[in-house]
Amino acid sequence: MESELWKRMPLNSNYAAAYGAKDSDVDVVAAYPITPQTPVVEKIAEFIANGELDAEMIHVESEHSAMSACIGAAATGARTFTATSAQGLELMHELLHIASGLRLPIVMSIASRALSAPLSIWGDYSDVINVRDTSWIILMTSTAQEVYDSIIQAYKIAENPDVLLPVIVAYDGFMMSHTYEPVYVASNPEIFRDYIPKKISWTTLNVEKPITMGAVANPDWYYEFKYQQVVAMKKSYEIVKDAAKEFGKRYGRFYDTIETYNYGNNKIGILTYGGLFGTVMEAIDRMNKQGMQIAGIKLRLFRPFPSQDIKRILEDLKVLIVIDRAISYGAPIEGSVAMELSALTYRESLDIPIYSYIASIGQRTTTEEDIMGIVKDAINLFERGKRVTESIYWGVRQ
Amino acid sequence: MSSKRLLGWKSLPLGGSIVEPGNSSQRPTGDWRVFKPVINQEKCIRCLLCWIYCPEPSIHIIDRPYKTSTGREWKFSVEVDYNFCKGCGICVEECPVKAIDFIEEVK
Amino acid sequence: MSRPIYYRTVFDIPKEELLAPGHGLCGGCIAGTIIKLLLKVAGPNTIVVNATGCVEVSTTTFPYTSWRVPYIHVAFENAAAVASGIEAAIKILQKKNIIDPSRKINIIAIGGDGATADIGFQALSGMLERGHRVMYLLYDNEAYMNTGIQRSGTTPLLAWTTTTPVGKVLKGKVQMKKPVSEIVAAHRIPYVATANPAYFLDMMNKFKRSLNVDGPSFIHVIQPCTTGWRFDPRIGIKVARLATETAMWINWELDNGEFRVTVTVPKRKHVKHYIRIQGRFNHLTDDDIEALQKYIDKEVDRVNKLVGKEVIGPVVE
Repeated sequence: MESELWKRMPLNSNYAAAYGAKDSDVDVVAAYPITPQTPVVEKIAEFIANGELDAEMIHVESEHSAMSACIGAAATGARTFTATSAQGLELMHELLHIASGLRLPIVMSIASRALSAPLSIWGDYSDVINVRDTSWIILMTSTAQEVYDSIIQAYKIAENPDVLLPVIVAYDGFMMSHTYEPVYVASNPEIFRDYIPKKISWTTLNVEKPITMGAVANPDWYYEFKYQQVVAMKKSYEIVKDAAKEFGKRYGRFYDTIETYNYGNNKIGILTYGGLFGTVMEAIDRMNKQGMQIAGIKLRLFRPFPSQDIKRILEDLKVLIVIDRAISYGAPIEGSVAMELSALTYRESLDIPIYSYIASIGQRTTTEEDIMGIVKDAINLFERGKRVTESIYWGVRQ
Repeated sequence: MSSKRLLGWKSLPLGGSIVEPGNSSQRPTGDWRVFKPVINQEKCIRCLLCWIYCPEPSIHIIDRPYKTSTGREWKFSVEVDYNFCKGCGICVEECPVKAIDFIEEVK
Repeated sequence: MSRPIYYRTVFDIPKEELLAPGHGLCGGCIAGTIIKLLLKVAGPNTIVVNATGCVEVSTTTFPYTSWRVPYIHVAFENAAAVASGIEAAIKILQKKNIIDPSRKINIIAIGGDGATADIGFQALSGMLERGHRVMYLLYDNEAYMNTGIQRSGTTPLLAWTTTTPVGKVLKGKVQMKKPVSEIVAAHRIPYVATANPAYFLDMMNKFKRSLNVDGPSFIHVIQPCTTGWRFDPRIGIKVARLATETAMWINWELDNGEFRVTVTVPKRKHVKHYIRIQGRFNHLTDDDIEALQKYIDKEVDRVNKLVGKEVIGPVVE
């Protein structure tokens, strides 16, 4: 891949996110530092200080103000970027709904981190899973390259006039945010100009055409505005796929709403998201040597849920093992993605047992051995005819 | 609410935006009134204080010359817009020459 | 240094109306007057950011808006942060020539006392510290009026509100009024002022000055509320005037470090004139009023000393 187009650089996912924002030619960045996202903010400040990125950086005094400033900037027509994790994401929670409600194409990178209390700076997906109802499009990435590429695609998706919804690009806190991988970064970010042209494709605050944004909508009106979001979210599914396809055609790296590994005639699938998928792939290789053929499935697009693409996979499988990295306390299935997949199988009348496992909570080490253990545990249960009615908390000390 | 059929999601602007500036002027508030201010053009000295203080605003400077019975000539006049006047009475209170009468509106 | 005067008489005031009638503000709500006059000063090249509150809810109920300038409401506590984002966006978009760079666009954040002194204080302080070129208007009706008259940080001592009711044990607000504009002044921004709609030329000159400084500016305007302060709507401006005549509300400005009292009161009125016409102070005893008068006298002394001459005189009636 190395050519004049790309520079091969050792980057962690935080820096990959910063490069993604820089190469997307963002106009305004309003972000507040929080572990493990801090290097994103620092790197962007460095780019601006060196004149490598022509943008205004607002050093806001909290994440709530960060999203507020992003909303203001996006409402004025600026291409806007922010980044946060866990507590910061929670602090800006009301504004997540407002940003999507006002239909603003903001892009936010999240270094996924466990939610307090007790305080944990370490990575899991509880923060991202927690905001799935905010009407943001959510992409969960597994490599630093994917972070960089997804942020550029995020603007393509968000600014599409049929979408106009903000986008989250999430990656593992610490396990990805602080570990270095080789990333191909554009030698000249101008190559993205045609892919994500600088065009204000949404209604903005403009003294030539004064509009009122954020009005009060009484019961006669509110419902229809929310339904507009439902429609946009539905439309965004194809647009996410198209954005990835076009990115692949132009730049040679292809992505989809889900990725598969070792997928073929095997009947046992294991699904997860984020950087943990790398460990899953390694485990699959090892189990392969032991004579077990397991298919790995990575969920890349979380919102909107890629039902069509997953359905095709599920139709081929006999058993699905899901490793969730967040807990939905008190839910019928406490692994959220497992629960959504269960709903999908019900909706599509697919009779496939789903085994929901919870792992890597608070960055509890989850190795290839753990993955192999989970697979063996699930196969064991399946062969004994046991349907599991609850999520299994892998590795929790009693 | 009028019996006009309300627009559906396909025709509404996105996100609750209102694209017609100042269209609240299509929603009269004159029926809020109990008392009604009436500017006595004879006494009015065109100081414009009522125009300044009116919170709606529902007092307008109009391009209508006026000659008082004592021969004083004014190039413009000040009038209340009864479509919007809520009858708060601030103009009545602030008029320095007490040229505004505050009359109970009998419907 | 002499201070610039933009409006000398009522005839200097622009005629264009950028606030449309038909909004749902209470009849006699002085906030309508203040916003109307502010927009006259600001003109059409203005973007307004409004926090949740009386003004926002009354002027922008879908499908009607009273604003003839671009306007955005986001949330209750972040008008200052949203305005910061807009200011930064305009700066960079003008630099990149995506927006006409020759056009000077005013950015005004408008918030009530709840949105500014309480829940929005952090965002305000951040905006001031970062030095954004935004004018912040605080219309102070001294309680959370929009949600039905609950106490705020700027509710004055002993005032009745629904959360500081007058009962057998507690009678009204226990704490003093939060000195918001003094705290803002401590941020050392180019321009801070207090204003009173009853002195509209002074107020509008301050609006204009605010919009002309290169950096953040803050105007704190007293807004008598007929519904929450309990008085006949027709005396709204009279109540405002009494606030200054009794020195309960002093109109000052801090212009790049120079402190001035812009509305001098050579002959002051006893505070009872201000207190006794408002229903929210009905329960105050004569002793309470005398204690309040003593407090005001001390404040007046302090201000006179700051200025260096007697700008606010003794109580005469």
